[in-house]
Amino acid sequence: MLIKKLTPRAFIVALTLAAAAVPAIGFANEGGGLQSAHVDVGNTASLQRGARNFVNYCMGCHSARYVRYNRLGADLGLSEQQVIDNLMFTGERPFDTMKIAMNPEDAKRWFGTTPPDLSLMARARGPDYIYTFLKSFYVDPSRPTGVNNLVLPGTAMPHVLWQLQGIQTAVYEGESDTKGEGAVHKKFKEFELAKKGSLTPHEYDEFVRDTVNFLSYIGEPMQLERRNLGMRVLAFLLVFFLLAYFLKKEYWKDVH
Amino acid sequence: MSAGTTSSTVSKSSTANQGRTGALMDWVNARAPRLRRFTKEHLTEYYAPKNFNFWYYFGSLAMLVLVLQIVTGIFLTMNYKPSATEAFASVEYIMRDVDWGWLIRYMHSTGASAFFIVVYLHMFRGLLYGSHKNPRELVWLFGMLIYLCLMAEAFFGYLLPWGNMSYWGAQVIVSLFGAIPGIGEPLVEWIRGDYYISDITLNRFFALHVVALPIALLGLVVAHLFALHEVGSNNPDGVDIKKVKGPDGHPVDGIPFHPYYTVKDLVGVVVFAALFSSVLFFAPEMGGYFLEHANFDAADPLKTPEHIAPVWYFTPFYAILRAVPNKLLGVILMGVAVVSFFFLPWLDRSKVRSIRYRGWIYKVFLFSFAIAFVALGYLGMQPATPTYTNLARVFGVVYFAFFFLMPWYTRIDQTKPVPERVTYHAH
Repeated sequence: MLIKKLTPRAFIVALTLAAAAVPAIGFANEGGGLQSAHVDVGNTASLQRGARNFVNYCMGCHSARYVRYNRLGADLGLSEQQVIDNLMFTGERPFDTMKIAMNPEDAKRWFGTTPPDLSLMARARGPDYIYTFLKSFYVDPSRPTGVNNLVLPGTAMPHVLWQLQGIQTAVYEGESDTKGEGAVHKKFKEFELAKKGSLTPHEYDEFVRDTVNFLSYIGEPMQLERRNLGMRVLAFLLVFFLLAYFLKKEYWKDVH
Repeated sequence: MSAGTTSSTVSKSSTANQGRTGALMDWVNARAPRLRRFTKEHLTEYYAPKNFNFWYYFGSLAMLVLVLQIVTGIFLTMNYKPSATEAFASVEYIMRDVDWGWLIRYMHSTGASAFFIVVYLHMFRGLLYGSHKNPRELVWLFGMLIYLCLMAEAFFGYLLPWGNMSYWGAQVIVSLFGAIPGIGEPLVEWIRGDYYISDITLNRFFALHVVALPIALLGLVVAHLFALHEVGSNNPDGVDIKKVKGPDGHPVDGIPFHPYYTVKDLVGVVVFAALFSSVLFFAPEMGGYFLEHANFDAADPLKTPEHIAPVWYFTPFYAILRAVPNKLLGVILMGVAVVSFFFLPWLDRSKVRSIRYRGWIYKVFLFSFAIAFVALGYLGMQPATPTYTNLARVFGVVYFAFFFLMPWYTRIDQTKPVPERVTYHAH
């Protein structure tokens, strides 16, 4: 049976599947069956590559409507000209936000759902979720797109990165434990690369990591600034604490 | 100079002594003589017990957070748009495009949780040292009204970012009123102003959050302080310091609030600021407890978040609500859980105030209550599995036992004699 809609029950079954998959694949440090993306928003080169990946592969369908190109350039160490040459393809102005031309209504007709805006996706789902999602597409002829996803079963998203990753198939372990309703529960074992892509598996991981790193940056563009300021505020408070503490001690000398 | 111009003589001499500032003060005092009396009564000649400990920082900290919330709130209002189509985007606008907007917003969101942490510790201090007991019942009642207003303020404020958790959280809580027989459904509609949580609801919640409740809060804080200063502060020994007065007529164990407690509270403020900043700058989401992950998705009436839970400060009551199979009874018990605090001064029949001189029974009940409160808070955040629901029932019983059995166990509890003077070791 193909899953037409993402019903809550299907989602739970999927989660169980994904959770069951964890020991089988032997993920390093997983929370709820997700692989750690190890993002580092301090890595500007990675963010620049991520920005390139995002505009080339994601922005056909996904907007980042709260992100401004000029802010992006400033934070990623790119000049305005570099941003215009490398990241802006459809005549936007530098102070514009990363909107897309695709009409949401059309998108809904084509895909069944409007591709979500990605400005805050990393904050809403976590970088690990997106990282694992982008690595978990596998062949499923029953789906209109020809692929399904282990993290979000029944996803409407086609495997946009298939040329890079190649094509994966899902390998299952024995069709065991039949539960009451007669449904067959297959246990996911691992992915097998049926057709090689233009990137090696390691290169693909890095590609996805850069992209997710970029998404986590746009989720909260001020996060580096936030931490820097935090260090200075705490340093100030330490000095202030000493002053306040000795002031209190001085005054309280008279209290017996 | 003749005797008839005493006031001008005083003013001239102090002008000579204190320069321009002194002259200005004299000018003000001549026109508003009560102002100086007010400062004396509430600061420089308000005698507070000298033995305040760690637990006594949280009152002034609560005031600090209130001011912080009001000031940051004013700045947020300058760019926030209370409209269903614009609210979510305007918050992101504040986070990204407004100069220092992210700082102001995180201060406000962290401040909301900090407010409850500080207030819960402040309330627990009351339970420890019997601050609710005679003659401070009014202080306690005003404090509880502040707590109620604070809960309403937090609830209304939580809808404003118009995230999906804001939306569904409000949906769940407002629908609780639907459990009231007869008037339930019309009442819910009246609260929402619509058939579902909509732009209209957002607008009225905004009005209540930024105008009505802050005014009520400020008024109640003034009442809380006036009521306190009328009877004087309690202390960790629960001793009445006014009983032993020195030749100057001031309590021997009392010290002027200013400068002694202003400088002491300043130390507390700095430590608090450091903890606050650690969250604000390094973990503003606090792992999803202060800012919930699902709230980074915009409100969507058609898409329920996987797991709806209120923010942590409401979860003890939410756990009680869920532990009861009958919805109406659950709502009633949840209400009773909050309202019980109001009756504390009259439920507590102990002869002594402070836990230092109470017997073991009160200690056992109080610490069981504290554990139950925290445990219920945890359970309220988790999905309601049968095990968790049963656990919530156990802790719920402990929670209510603390209040309902209080008249009996506080009376039979063996208390120790209370000393004449406070315990204080000079540092």
